[in-house]
Amino acid sequence: MIYFDRVSKRYGKALALEGVTLSVAPKEFVSIVGHSGAGKTTLLKLLLAEERPTEGTIFFESVDVNDLPTQALHHYRRKIGTVFQDFRLIPNKTAYENIAFAMEATGRTDSEIASDVPYILELVNLADKATHFPDQLSGGEKQRIAIGRAIINQPDLIVADEPTGNLDPINTYEVVEILKKINELGTTIVITTHNKGVVDAIGKRVVTMDAGKVVRDDEGGKYSL
Amino acid sequence: MDWMIVKRVFVGGGKNFVRGGAVSAATVLVMTVTLAIIGSLIFLSALLSFTLDTVKDKVDISVYFVTTATEPAILAVKDQLEKLPEVDTVTYMSAADALTAFRGRHANDQLTLQSLDLLGYNPLDASLTVRAKDPSKYEVIVNFLDASPALSTSGTSIIDRINYDANNKQAIDRLSLAITATRQIGLAVIILFVIASILIAFATIRLAIYTSKEEIAVMKLVGASNAYVQAPFVVEGIITGLIAAVLVLFFFWPATWYVGLKTAAWFGGFNLGQYYVSHFALIFVILMLSGILLGGVASIFAIRKYLKV
Repeated sequence: MIYFDRVSKRYGKALALEGVTLSVAPKEFVSIVGHSGAGKTTLLKLLLAEERPTEGTIFFESVDVNDLPTQALHHYRRKIGTVFQDFRLIPNKTAYENIAFAMEATGRTDSEIASDVPYILELVNLADKATHFPDQLSGGEKQRIAIGRAIINQPDLIVADEPTGNLDPINTYEVVEILKKINELGTTIVITTHNKGVVDAIGKRVVTMDAGKVVRDDEGGKYSL
Repeated sequence: MDWMIVKRVFVGGGKNFVRGGAVSAATVLVMTVTLAIIGSLIFLSALLSFTLDTVKDKVDISVYFVTTATEPAILAVKDQLEKLPEVDTVTYMSAADALTAFRGRHANDQLTLQSLDLLGYNPLDASLTVRAKDPSKYEVIVNFLDASPALSTSGTSIIDRINYDANNKQAIDRLSLAITATRQIGLAVIILFVIASILIAFATIRLAIYTSKEEIAVMKLVGASNAYVQAPFVVEGIITGLIAAVLVLFFFWPATWYVGLKTAAWFGGFNLGQYYVSHFALIFVILMLSGILLGGVASIFAIRKYLKV
């Protein structure tokens, strides 16, 4: 589903990624771990086409991401749900509107939105917070809304960059459980994390990065640096 | 056109504006000041034009004819002058009318009137008062009169004199220069203020959109197209411009009424309040269009930078 073929990325003289080759099969749950500056976030940014690689090629479902013109990026990104450490909800939209926006952006009808968004709010257990703005929600609630936004269009892949980084243990547990449930339903998930407990709780494939390189790739792995 | 998307864009823009709170209010305030400056420049321009036209209207030349010139001959000259592109108006005053006017002007001067009666004939010449479209064109008109052979009868010119001597010419030339310079300087000042106002409005909208740059990046990452991200911001900018324009139009009513009383006294009858009422449709259109264009165009330019995600 995803294939990084000898991908390198430079920012000026700094080498963020060096010759990374990595493949992810459909329905996999991959945790990417590593110290700060290991290249985890850069890897995800390249996958989301936020950045372009300096060398190498990235394929998503056989499509060369580098070849996508800027005007077509939004079509590509609709296949990927994204979750961030800092939630990145739209501040002047309610919880409902934040999730609905992802559907509106893809041109879904009002009736589809009216039927799907309440269902997703139920799924992330926030039906009672539909009219709340992000600044009225706790960190865990914000992240659950962000996950709701990521899955509303039933993407093939969910990319989560440190999704539990700003959460307390209880909320971390809830978010991990939601992600596991989504994966069980058939969605591929790639997350980056520092959290040993998260990786161990997931108990799936672990890719370890260091200084821009993949240094370990364990199926059913545990967190080890 | 997909009306569902259009509706979402307008609703989104409206919600952004309402929920923008202090940022929206500050943007409206700056835009109001900008449009008030543009509106004031319209008034300043009108005041300047009125003043310069008043001064210009005071300038004319008189062509006096010999007493033997017949009225048809003088009217023939009038017809020829009226055909000149430089000429605005030509007014004929017969010798009899000139005498009546003279008597009227000196009604309280018995000595002058008695002297006139003693003469036993009308000593005043018939004349044409010529007003040019532009004060700098009087020389062309005088040259035409000097050169035109059709003005002579029996080999003698029927024109007695033209009050366009060296002193008069110099005064008219200076006045013409002053009017041109004032117009040019006025125009330059107006353009300068308009540009400054537009830049201030642009900077304010840019600042308002800067506060949303993270939000724009997120919209892009969840799969929204550039146009879908941009459009609600443009709508928000247009709403800001329209509200500011309405505020300015409303504010101008009492302001021009108050200032109009003073301008009427200071500028020979130019009442700003009356000008506002009589030109309301024009000012309404200019301010509304300026508000829409400023808000919309500034938003388009301001957001472009943040769409590169």
